[in-house]
Amino acid sequence: MTQLNNNPAAPPGVARLQFMQAAWAWVGVAPFLVFALMFLILPTLYLIVGGFQDPDGNFTLQNLFDLFQPSIMSAYWISIKVSGASAIVGAAIGFGLAYAVVLGGLPGWIRPTLMTFSGVASNFAGLPLAFAFLATLGRTGLVTVLLVKFFDFNIYATGFNLLSFWGLTLTYLYFQIPLMVLILTPALDGLKREWREASEILGASAFQYWVHVAFPILWPSILGCTLLLFANAFGAIATAYALTGSSLNIITILLYAQIRGDVLHNPNLGYALALGMIFITGLTNGLYIWLRGRSERWLR
Amino acid sequence: MTRREKVNTMKQSRLGSWIALVIGTLYFVVPLVGTFEFSLRMRRGEYSLDAYRSVFADSNFQDSFLYSCGMALATIFIGVLIVVPTAYWVQLRLRKLRPVIEFITLLPLVIPAIVIVFGYLRLYNSSSMIPLTAEVWSTDLLLALSYVTLALPYMYRAVDTGLRAIDVRTLTEAAENLGAGWTTILFKVILPNVRSAILSGAFLTFAIVIGEFTMASLLNRPAFGPYLQLVGANRAYEPSALAVMAFVLTWACMGLINVFGRAKQTKHAG
Repeated sequence: MTQLNNNPAAPPGVARLQFMQAAWAWVGVAPFLVFALMFLILPTLYLIVGGFQDPDGNFTLQNLFDLFQPSIMSAYWISIKVSGASAIVGAAIGFGLAYAVVLGGLPGWIRPTLMTFSGVASNFAGLPLAFAFLATLGRTGLVTVLLVKFFDFNIYATGFNLLSFWGLTLTYLYFQIPLMVLILTPALDGLKREWREASEILGASAFQYWVHVAFPILWPSILGCTLLLFANAFGAIATAYALTGSSLNIITILLYAQIRGDVLHNPNLGYALALGMIFITGLTNGLYIWLRGRSERWLR
Repeated sequence: MTRREKVNTMKQSRLGSWIALVIGTLYFVVPLVGTFEFSLRMRRGEYSLDAYRSVFADSNFQDSFLYSCGMALATIFIGVLIVVPTAYWVQLRLRKLRPVIEFITLLPLVIPAIVIVFGYLRLYNSSSMIPLTAEVWSTDLLLALSYVTLALPYMYRAVDTGLRAIDVRTLTEAAENLGAGWTTILFKVILPNVRSAILSGAFLTFAIVIGEFTMASLLNRPAFGPYLQLVGANRAYEPSALAVMAFVLTWACMGLINVFGRAKQTKHAG
């Protein structure tokens, strides 16, 4: 195409036609670019820039320093802990399930069933998820009541509380595990049967195969997916809000309160709060993209 | 390793798979059973559907649910209008732009929804240059557009995959040779060919939008998400009835995606 364009022998009509087509293509993409600029990029940039400004609009790093006050740091920290725990546990269990259906020799019908269910469960988040766990593991929930009735075991007597770090993590797992299953299955499918056969012929045990062949190939995928789960949990708010109200001060709930009523009494500190969130999710996603590039070398 | 030993280890690993599956199933089924059981407990001493009756009788439920359904339709409409031409032209002529466009479509996964809506409230508040939040209709528009950003990664991915499966270039050239203009090409040739991909994206969008809380709540619109939050904070049994309904709805959306996805596959095979 471009060759044709540069060819002086091409009739001028062709060149003009091609110019027109390219122009039309840009016109066709323009709505998307305008939309992305107005409703995705500029709003985010506004907050990022605002995070570096004082109320009069002068450049400052003070907002970023102010993020390091205990109340804000603890909110970031709880968010990171919940996201991290639910991502790591979710990734481990998700890996186990994906492994079981892909390589575990289970009957064929189980895999599509699990995949469909995972599609549903990974989208069953937000407020209804919180309601479901309250109805199950809340103080009068089914499991709580049944455990007391049949085993005389009160989970709340052990210090467990659904409205706490572990309660929230346990709830998040409900969408984290299925998400892991969905995004890791293609990677497990990519493990070629020949590799296993080759290592078996060369006398490797199953353990050696995993340590020296499968794991070195899979680890970028596993780690990358774990990072994706982390980012997924980090930005979530509705489940935590419905579950804990504001008793568990995760960063999204703090930001929600800040947007609603400027609880920090400093709008620019609010922008910095958002900036910190973008920084963390950006870092996780950047790492994920880098790892995905690595894993694609082997798993195509 | 003798053959017998090998069979034994195979059996062992299969047993492990079954154990993993059973534990997984328990973790996922128990909350559903628990929620359903809880939703039946409203009448003292016996199971009843009172909680569901109470939900359906609530006019706020009907209003907010219809409002969110309307929002979902608007989101799907705007989303298709923005995504399909873009994916089409990127596929056909602007291949160099592909990484940029793909990066943009993935941004909503990087920037949390609450941050995006925070930006809207600063950029488009009633005292700004573009006061979108000043009027009800323009706030609704802003909410729909915010949902388009949320759905963008899924919508674009679905349509792009659909476009890759057909020969866009040949179809376009054939249509051009027959004298079709670009609107005809887009709406009469390309769109019908990626219909199942669009429908998949649409149902996923619907599932995302219908219970969305953050955007609707911060833009102060009477959507289903904020309604759920209100019921959750004030009622005992209705929330679990709503959770059961939400689960059924999500299941329906995913089921429809599967149906359309499969229809596409069989069409290709045949």
